[in-house]
Amino acid sequence: MSVSHGSAGGAISPGANADKVSDVVLTARGLRRDFGGFVAVNNVDLDVRHAKIHALIGPNGAGKTTVFNLLTKFLQPSSGTITLLGEDITRTDPAKVARMGLVRSFQISAVFPHLSVLDNVRVALQRPHHLSTQFWLPMGALDQLNDRAMQLIESVGLQDARNRLAADLSYGRKRVLEIATTLALEPKVLLLDEPMAGMGHEDVHHVSDLIRDVARDRAVLMVEHNLKVVADLCDQVTVLQRGEILTSGDYRTVSRDERVRVAYMGTEHE
Amino acid sequence: MTEASLATDKPRRLNLEFVLILIGIALLLAAPFYFYPVFLMKVLCFALFACAFNLLLGYTGILSFGHAAFFGGAAYFTAHSVKVWGLTPELGILVGVAGAAVLGLVIGFLAIRRQGIYSTMITLALSQMFFFFCLQAPFTFGEDGIQGIPRGHLFGLIDLNQPLNMYFFVLAVFLLGMFIIWRIINSPFGMILKSVRENEPRAISLGYSVARYKLAAFVMSAALTGLAGGMKAIVFQFATLTDVSWQMSGEVVLMTLLGGIGTLVGPIFGAALITALGNYLATSEFPVTVITGIIFMICVLVFRRGLIGELYASRFGRWLQNKDHD
Repeated sequence: MSVSHGSAGGAISPGANADKVSDVVLTARGLRRDFGGFVAVNNVDLDVRHAKIHALIGPNGAGKTTVFNLLTKFLQPSSGTITLLGEDITRTDPAKVARMGLVRSFQISAVFPHLSVLDNVRVALQRPHHLSTQFWLPMGALDQLNDRAMQLIESVGLQDARNRLAADLSYGRKRVLEIATTLALEPKVLLLDEPMAGMGHEDVHHVSDLIRDVARDRAVLMVEHNLKVVADLCDQVTVLQRGEILTSGDYRTVSRDERVRVAYMGTEHE
Repeated sequence: MTEASLATDKPRRLNLEFVLILIGIALLLAAPFYFYPVFLMKVLCFALFACAFNLLLGYTGILSFGHAAFFGGAAYFTAHSVKVWGLTPELGILVGVAGAAVLGLVIGFLAIRRQGIYSTMITLALSQMFFFFCLQAPFTFGEDGIQGIPRGHLFGLIDLNQPLNMYFFVLAVFLLGMFIIWRIINSPFGMILKSVRENEPRAISLGYSVARYKLAAFVMSAALTGLAGGMKAIVFQFATLTDVSWQMSGEVVLMTLLGGIGTLVGPIFGAALITALGNYLATSEFPVTVITGIIFMICVLVFRRGLIGELYASRFGRWLQNKDHD
C-alpha cells in the first residue's frame, strides 16, 4: 500500500483531543438504523469539530450515506441521539436542521437543472434573506441578491457560466455549483457526500482547495473514496464497516491499523 | 423585462408571452361582436380553470385529479350564496373562491403527504367523496342541481342580464385571474416552487419546508379554480353535479396537456379547443368523448409539449424569441 502524505491534513493534526470538547459542533451517540431486519448502521459515535475536516470512509455498503441521511434527518434513527451546536436534533425535521446550519450535499449532484447558475445560487440565498414566500412581488425583487450570488459564483470560478443552465455544465462544475449554493447558507457544519466522485484530475484539485478553504471557519464531514484526497485533506478519519465504526483517528494512525487494511484498504486500495 | 440580461431563456419566453397576451386581449375585446358571447364566456371559464390547474401541475409538479371538487364546489357555493342569501354576483364569486380555498386546504393537506401517483390518487379519492357529498346534501338539490341563479347587478349597479355586460365582466375576471397566476409564477415564491419541482431533496437541504410551499401552491390553485367555477355558475345560472364529477377533473388535465404544461397561455388554447369541439359536436351524432380521446392520443404521441409548448420549441418559436431578445 502506498499512500502519499501530501501537504497539510492528517500528517500534522494530533488527532482528537478530549479536552477540546467545546470545539465539537455535531455529535452522534449510539446511532442505529434498522431497515426491517437489516441493521444498516449500529452504535455509531461521531464528534465533528469546528474548523476541521472529518472523513467518513469504508467499503461500499458500509453505511456511510445512511449515516449522512441520519445526521441530516432525511432518515429517522431507530435509536441514538444527535446534537447540533448543543441542541438535540434527533427528532427535528430536515428543513429545520438545514436552517440551524447543518447543510448537506448529495452523492448524485444536486443542482436545479433547468435554472441558470445564477438562479441556483439565488434560490439558496432567498430563504436567509426572507424572500421566499412573496408571491406578490416581481422577480426583480431578487436582483438585490445578485451581488452576493456573484461573489459566491466567483469564489468557485463559475462566473463565465452564470447564465448557463445548470444542466449544461460538466459534472465537475455541477459539483462546485452545488458547493457554492451550499455556502450561500453559511452553514456551521457542511456534510459532503462523495464530493469528488466521477471528477477529473483537475477538478479534484480545485475542489480540494475549495473544501480546505471553506473549512477554515466551519466543520466539514465528508464521505470520500479517494484516499489520496482523504490523506491530503482530512484531520480526522472514521472508518465504517458493516454499519459499525471500525476505528477513528488521524489518517496515519488509521491507515496503519491492521483491521482497516484487511477490511478496506488492503482490498480496495493498492 | 429589465432582468433579461441576467437570466437565461425565461425572460425571452416571457416577452413572447407578452406579445401573445396583448394580441389575445385585443381579440377577446372584439370577439363578442363576432361570436356567441355565452360560448366565449364558457371558454374563458374553462381557460381560467385550466391555467389555475397548470399552476399546480406545470409549476409545482403536483398532478391533481380532483380539481373538479374546487371548480364544481365553488359553483355550488356561489350559486347558493347568490340565490339563497341574495348576495351580489361579485360577492357570490368571492364566497366560491373562499370555499374552494378551504377545500383546497383540506385536500391539499392530505395529498401532499405522498408523492406522484399516490398523491394523485388521494386527490381523486377526496374529490369523489366530495362528489357524493354534493349528491346527497340538501342545498345542492342532488341530480337537479341549483337552477335559475339570478345574474343580478354587479356591485348593485351594472345589469349582468345584458349579454355584453356579462361578457366584459367575465373577461375582466379572467384577466385578473391570469394576472394573479402570472404574478405567482414570476415571483420569489414562484422561484421556490420551481426549485421544488426541479429537485425536491435539494430544496429541503437548503432549508425550505417543502410541504408548506406545496400546500400554499395547492390552495392558490384551488382558489383560482374556484374563481373560474363561481364565475361559470353566474354565467350559466346553474350549478350541477357535472362540474364536480371526476370526468371534469380529467377534462382539465386534457386541456392543460393539449395546450402545453408549464406554459402560461397554453392551457387557454387547450381549453378553447376542447370547449369548441364539445359545442360543435354536441349537435352532431358523433360522440364527443371519442374525438377528445383521439385528440389526447395524438397529443401524447406526436406533440407531447402541447400546442404552445411545441410552438416555443419550433424554429418559428425560437426565431420569435431571439427577435424579442435583440
